[in-house]
Amino acid sequence: MTIDTSKVADSNKSAATARKPGKLGAVGTWADDRLGLATAMRKQVRKVFPDHWSFMLGEIALWSFVVLLLTGTFLTLWFKPSMAEVTYMGSYDQLRGIHMSDAFASTLNISFDVRGGLLMRQMHHWAAMLFIASMMVHMMRVFFTGAFRKPRELNWVIGCLLLLLGTLEGFTGYSLPDDLLSGTGVRAADGFVKSMPVVGTYMSFFLFGGEFPGDVIIPRLYVAHVLLLPGILLALIAAHMLLLVYHKHTQWPGPGRTEQNVVGYPLLPVYAAKAGGFFFIVFGVTAFMGGLLGINPVWKYGPYDPSKVTAGSQPDWYMGWPDGALRIMPGWESHIGPFTMPWNVFLPIIVLPGLAFTILLLLPFIEAWITGDKRNHHLLQRPRNAPTRTAVFVALMTFYGLMWAAGGNDIIAIVLGFSINQITYFMRAAVFIGPVIAFIITRRWCISLQRADNDKLLHGYESGVIMRSAEGGYTERHLPIDGGRAYTLTARDRDEVAASRGETDANGVAAPGTGRIEKLRLRLNRGWYGHNVQKPTREELEEAHHHAEHEHELQAGLDHPADGHQFDGHHTVEEEALRGGKN
Amino acid sequence: MRFLNRSAGRISRHRRGPLAGLLVLLLGLLLTGGLYTVFAPAQADTTASNEELVQEGRELFLVNCSFCHGQNGEGVRTVDGNQLGPSLVGVGAAAVDFQVGTGRMPMAQPGQQAPRKKPTFSDEETAAMAAFVASLGPGPAIPDESDYSIEGLSAEEREEAIVRGGQIFLTNCTACHNFTGSGGAMPRGGYAPRILDVEPRYVYEALLTGPQSMPNFSNGNLTPEEKRDVIAYLESLRDDPNYGGFGMGGLGPVAEGMFAWIVGLGILVGFAVWIAAHSTRSKKEKVEA
Amino acid sequence: MTSHEGENLPEKRPGSGELTADPVSDPGLPAHTWRPTDVDARAEKRAERQIAAMFGLSAVCTVLFVVSYFTLEIGEVTTTIGGLGASTVALGLSLAGALLFIGIGIIQWARKLMADHEMIEMRHPASSSPEDREATVAALNTGIEESGIGRRPLVRNSLLGALGVLALPVPVVLLRDLGPLPGDALTKTIWSEGMRVVRDVTGTPIRAQDLQVGDLVNAEPAAIFETDEEGEPLVEGVELHVAKSKAAVVLVRMEPDDIVHGEGREDWAVDGILCYSKICTHVGCPISLYERTTHHVLCPCHQSTFDLADSARVVFGPAARPLPQLPLAVDSEGYLVAQSDFDEPVGPSYWERDSR
Repeated sequence: MTIDTSKVADSNKSAATARKPGKLGAVGTWADDRLGLATAMRKQVRKVFPDHWSFMLGEIALWSFVVLLLTGTFLTLWFKPSMAEVTYMGSYDQLRGIHMSDAFASTLNISFDVRGGLLMRQMHHWAAMLFIASMMVHMMRVFFTGAFRKPRELNWVIGCLLLLLGTLEGFTGYSLPDDLLSGTGVRAADGFVKSMPVVGTYMSFFLFGGEFPGDVIIPRLYVAHVLLLPGILLALIAAHMLLLVYHKHTQWPGPGRTEQNVVGYPLLPVYAAKAGGFFFIVFGVTAFMGGLLGINPVWKYGPYDPSKVTAGSQPDWYMGWPDGALRIMPGWESHIGPFTMPWNVFLPIIVLPGLAFTILLLLPFIEAWITGDKRNHHLLQRPRNAPTRTAVFVALMTFYGLMWAAGGNDIIAIVLGFSINQITYFMRAAVFIGPVIAFIITRRWCISLQRADNDKLLHGYESGVIMRSAEGGYTERHLPIDGGRAYTLTARDRDEVAASRGETDANGVAAPGTGRIEKLRLRLNRGWYGHNVQKPTREELEEAHHHAEHEHELQAGLDHPADGHQFDGHHTVEEEALRGGKN
Repeated sequence: MRFLNRSAGRISRHRRGPLAGLLVLLLGLLLTGGLYTVFAPAQADTTASNEELVQEGRELFLVNCSFCHGQNGEGVRTVDGNQLGPSLVGVGAAAVDFQVGTGRMPMAQPGQQAPRKKPTFSDEETAAMAAFVASLGPGPAIPDESDYSIEGLSAEEREEAIVRGGQIFLTNCTACHNFTGSGGAMPRGGYAPRILDVEPRYVYEALLTGPQSMPNFSNGNLTPEEKRDVIAYLESLRDDPNYGGFGMGGLGPVAEGMFAWIVGLGILVGFAVWIAAHSTRSKKEKVEA
Repeated sequence: MTSHEGENLPEKRPGSGELTADPVSDPGLPAHTWRPTDVDARAEKRAERQIAAMFGLSAVCTVLFVVSYFTLEIGEVTTTIGGLGASTVALGLSLAGALLFIGIGIIQWARKLMADHEMIEMRHPASSSPEDREATVAALNTGIEESGIGRRPLVRNSLLGALGVLALPVPVVLLRDLGPLPGDALTKTIWSEGMRVVRDVTGTPIRAQDLQVGDLVNAEPAAIFETDEEGEPLVEGVELHVAKSKAAVVLVRMEPDDIVHGEGREDWAVDGILCYSKICTHVGCPISLYERTTHHVLCPCHQSTFDLADSARVVFGPAARPLPQLPLAVDSEGYLVAQSDFDEPVGPSYWERDSR
């Protein structure tokens, strides 16, 4: 793609001007002669990235993926993806002589007869959990700050696909050892597949190579887990990073930051160091957890047997929410002629996740449609400044969270002493009512935070010093916030409700785009923006400052930003008019 | 005779002292007491006749148990036909040993779930009540240690017992009590309790008598040897180290997910906050060389 | 305090991307302040030493890792420490130290020593320039024009047809042998008339008087434990698992008065002993969480609850159908046997399942 480099070279002085005549060294010259790397790398080496902790959440995902690749490769050197029956003769005494699949036997081998094997297995499992958790947290950050808006909608779509594929990767991965717990999950998956109308049994027999459990599901899951899914994941991650580099990272508004620039630190050396260091930290924390916190003790579960089961059978946490949906679903099944339609399985496990994922994918486009906002956005929004968007996502998170909790209802029951029946009944209602309540509360909360911000702009911040007037009244002294903070609070757009176009022209012809859909959009648009609190105008701000000087002499502001130490003796303030202008 | 026997040893000098007699008396008491303890009969019930035991048990039963279980252990039904306490005829000494020994009985309030708590009665009292209930009707007896211990077996037989016990455990027990005996939820607030650190005798008795909501695993269902194997497997689980680190309660993926989010993400986000934080600022100006 | 709601919502079309900087103007980037390591040579040296020390500690941890690998045993004799497996804990902690110290050292280097002047870089619009767009469109048009694909419908359509015929059927057809067709496999189990009900794991047959009221036996069909002349099992491996996944049953004995027999099922019980499929009708998990007092059995996966005294009808949870019941009888030697296979398919529902 052609990128306009003229602006970049002008503004980023350190990028293109070399201090000495280019001296690449022998290797560099050799490579550049063949690959022309210098042209490609010219602007990227000193590319500017903004600095904020919330921008590093995606990095956690990226680096955990690398950890997964490394630890996973280790595991593939010993793991045998075969369901052939073997008699276990390894070190774990409690299973000696038991018939089990080669997959399970090789997992026991890795855990007990390969030094570092159990560590790698556990690191791999913890890293998988962190991978998906960090993707979700990253997704939440991107959504709450509006970073998915144009031109980054495609990156959002890629991210959602990464989340979905990561979840599948995790599921195929923890099913590979063919132990009792994950095997029960595979059994349930067979039930899910069978519930699909018309093609259910065919898909089940094709998936398992015959009747459940068959002897090919583990090898097939293995191929998906080590080849197909990682391949797609790598390609999508590459595309995700490429778009990030091309669009440049979004940034928080503040002094010196505009929609047209990026303010931060260069890739080399600062970002390379911070990101590279963070890789070691993610790896190290994973090693810490893998060494100290035991996870998935497959030897205690034993090999999968269709007539055995354990209490507390749950999938890994990221599959918890569909499990919860499955648990709270009433037992609906209908008979259509000679056919059976098991809604109790089909709806929560096939329809609901499909619907939820589709909505997630479409969120940027839905918002763009409602708001009619077709501008590029590179400055982030604080969640409070987009109350409806924040509230919608909090409602979705509430739905997710309640389903997730429902998936652990038996653990909650024994840990907290509740009844699983009561939890189920509660959740059946809560998953509908909870999101609504969450939406209402969140939106009002955001709007009141917006009001608080405006208060600060107009009336200054509360200094914590209480003044008592001669009449006996108490007031709190406010001090003006400094220019930089004031600018940050106001560096956002005013929300503009879309205007409705005229209905029909003189001849009674309806204007284009004024049908029912457009009417709906306008209604949604008004609901989206209608309650928001806007930043004050320049006139209002000046009037407020005027007020402060004239009416409330006790609250006279300083003529320079307060540093907070005006009243604590930290430094001398003799020349400053602190108390009503008189010392 | 010299007045001060300086050439004798230090202890010798004290032999004729005023405290010597007291000391000898104390030693004598200790010796006889100790000998008595060692050689005297160990428990009252082995020396007392069975009838005395049953009578003692009956008295205890009348005071503590008959309110719910009836004066002759026949059970008590309320006016609505609900059961206050079931009939104990035929439950056997094993049931009493289990229920009373683990403190489940006497229950704090009637109900289906009897949580384990601090036992109210001593071992002798429990044995007495057990003898009384056993006298009401034939039922399972308190097992002997040889019933549930694999001590006497060869190493190979022991290993086979543990392996078989594991398979039986996974088939019959884990559905309610979980793969590592950490317990599980049952309907309407009930639960199958944690069994990993329960005394072998109580495990045996619970299997045999099916306490509260638990089904029976009578000797026609699981033979005594099979019960012994299950107990051996449980002990091996308990004695095994946590190979992979701390076990986080043995509750499975739910606890693991919680740790991933709270510990894992918590630490990593903490690092992220540190990495991107503004570092310390100085007030000085740099002198450009 | 006046409400600003609705006040500042001008009904006009948005501008062209300029941020309304009203009412406070941009003060610009704040002046750069130095860090102690920038202005104080001693602080700088101290930071350098700190960072080097971290890297040194990392190397020490690596050495500990290698030492732990070779000295701590696993397998038959596992070294333990504090009730934990020593090898895994030691390898994990030393590896964690080795990695974390490098990471923290590099980060400290970036924070304390690397130049931290904020820089500005201008953005470019994501879209290409109009000239590029025009040129590309022109090039595409020329190319397409020259290919003649627009002017030659015969060639175009026949190509599309050939590709369509190739792309869809060939991969689909190649996947046909992923598995056999279901047929009626799901409607039958290995149970048959006269087959003994045996205890799981041990395989011993069961007499009615073996069981007491309140007993729960996890059982299987005798066919699963049958061996041939050499003592080799007849059903093993995949076949064994497939058979178990539909044939596993539970036997419960309760007071005959407590039983509410299903229609036509009065003779399916023997002395208050009932036999039900162990495979949940929801998605197929095996169930044996039996409450002897209520006769309810609970599935641990999604909490479906069935009343075994009442033909295993569903009393709670997401299951839609009762557990299939196996009719019991007693054979000539007094052992419990099945009268026949189940009268309905076992396990989760599926489309072709007969609606019963």
